[in-house]
Amino acid sequence: MIAFKLAYKNLLGAGLRTWLNVSVLSLAFVLIIFYNAMIDGWNRQGRNDTQNWEIAQGQYWHPEYDKYDVYTINDAHQALINPIQKHVDAGRMVPELLQQASIYPQGRMQSIILRGIPSEQSVLKLPTHLLKSDSEELIALIGKRMAKASKLKLNDTVLLRWRDKNGTFDAAEMRIGGIFNCDVAEIDNGQIYISYALMQNMMGLSNEATLLVDKLGMGEQFSDWDFKSPSFLLKELDELINSERISGMVMQLILLLIALLAIFDTQILAIFRRKKEIGTYIALGLTRQQVVRVFTIEGGMHSVLAALLGAVYGIPLFMWIDSVGINFGSADMGITIAERVYPYYSLQLVLITIVVVVVSSTIVSFIPARKIARMKPTDALKGKM
Amino acid sequence: MDNAIIQLNGLTKRFPVGSGYFTALSDIDLSFSKGEFAGLVGPSGSGKTTLLNIIGSLDVPSVGEATVLNHSIAGLNQKQAANLRNHHIGFIFQTYNLLPVYTVYENVEFALLLQKMSATERRKAVMQALEWVGLTDKEKSRPSMLSGGECQRVAIARSMVKKPEIVLADEPTANLDSKNSHHILQTMQKLNDELGVTFIFSTHDEKVMQYLKRKISLADGRVVADELAILSQ
Repeated sequence: MIAFKLAYKNLLGAGLRTWLNVSVLSLAFVLIIFYNAMIDGWNRQGRNDTQNWEIAQGQYWHPEYDKYDVYTINDAHQALINPIQKHVDAGRMVPELLQQASIYPQGRMQSIILRGIPSEQSVLKLPTHLLKSDSEELIALIGKRMAKASKLKLNDTVLLRWRDKNGTFDAAEMRIGGIFNCDVAEIDNGQIYISYALMQNMMGLSNEATLLVDKLGMGEQFSDWDFKSPSFLLKELDELINSERISGMVMQLILLLIALLAIFDTQILAIFRRKKEIGTYIALGLTRQQVVRVFTIEGGMHSVLAALLGAVYGIPLFMWIDSVGINFGSADMGITIAERVYPYYSLQLVLITIVVVVVSSTIVSFIPARKIARMKPTDALKGKM
Repeated sequence: MDNAIIQLNGLTKRFPVGSGYFTALSDIDLSFSKGEFAGLVGPSGSGKTTLLNIIGSLDVPSVGEATVLNHSIAGLNQKQAANLRNHHIGFIFQTYNLLPVYTVYENVEFALLLQKMSATERRKAVMQALEWVGLTDKEKSRPSMLSGGECQRVAIARSMVKKPEIVLADEPTANLDSKNSHHILQTMQKLNDELGVTFIFSTHDEKVMQYLKRKISLADGRVVADELAILSQ
């Protein structure tokens, strides 16, 4: 307790030097928390968007289906067995039928994945109600990225060509009935959505599907359907975010090292300049280990003051950013990221950051303070090392 | 001496210098009784400060025995030596060695923080020590706001606050003018008379010598004279 009291007094007594170190360290605190909160915010938004727009609580895949291999798509479809049909009818599952096809916007061929999805589904946020049609008209739904890439606008018509189950080519004019705005690039780039019922007719694949979206994540096992959990389906996003986190850590580490270097420098200087004071402490009855403790706590306390100072300006700043978010623009980066990302500050993040900074600043304070343990009190009193 | 609180027998202190040794103290035999007001006098390099450091358990003898308040200095570990200094020995330095970020009150209180004493008891002891040296009105001042004489009086209060048996004063007047020197020496003399604290000075200041009741002359690390003084004050 005495060591804390002495360290606190000495630290505040050092005036401007202390506050310079504390300011730099508090900046490190705030930036580390902010950066990680942004990554966590992106992660949460990305996961939520992916679940809301694409995977819900999991998917059942045809055993042949591999979303990274387009050559698997043509044969990856099978009939819905009875128990599955019941879930579909009850709105707990959404079947999707996928096939390769081509469109010809402005006379140029473009390969796409044609996705048949029930227009009445409400599990995914896709505005599939726009696919409903009273006539024979073929209505398509596309994302903003697809619209941009193919230069298609709302109500434009475009020629669609596909092959049915027998390999026979067929083609029809298709009208763009809706363009949705979604942050999940994967369900947008190169994808065209049409009515599930219509697509079954076009392909001659009555009551068949490539995958099933699971609303509730029951994880029920069905023969010939492989359940893919959200953690499996979000693995790519997790890996992307982790790689971003790691590259961000390099910058955070550099920032933290600069702050720690300032503390280390102050400690070295303090031990060099305050030898008489060290000698006096020993003469007054402190052991050398106690003096080492005082100096170590003094250095470590920089981080405690930095946390407090960081809280003074960081909390209002964080609250403001939390309310307005950070605009990443509408540029398509091909990854799942919202136009406006809202940071997510967790208690865990704040506590881990505090522990990391306090422990590292205590360690860098201890390293030079160890010299005191080897110091002769008589030399210290004379101001000699 | 039977009632000796400090006993030095055949004490020698050597410091390594290059490949050899420098002998700072050689074969010292001395003893000090409770309540003495003694001075180690001699020129620079005669071994005065080294002897004070050994008595104060800040250093250990190379040869011989130093016993302070029945503790063999060479046999003390760091913690025991620190405990001896904290409870029984007060130090006064030539350059005052006050802690600059603390107030006068906190500087004096410092020694008591290491002892298990309540805040009320500490306050009472600190104010009493400041009263001894006439600085009760300066308790909130920092050392940088005080004169040299006042700083040394704070140092005296700091050394006396724990009511030690021994106070070791290393050239306490070296940085003071004549008036302040007499002032602090009279203060220490008064504390010696009233509280029976043993004071041992190292000095070559004639003003200090006027106050000493016992004068031990050192030259080249040896005791060349040990005499009771005839006080002029």
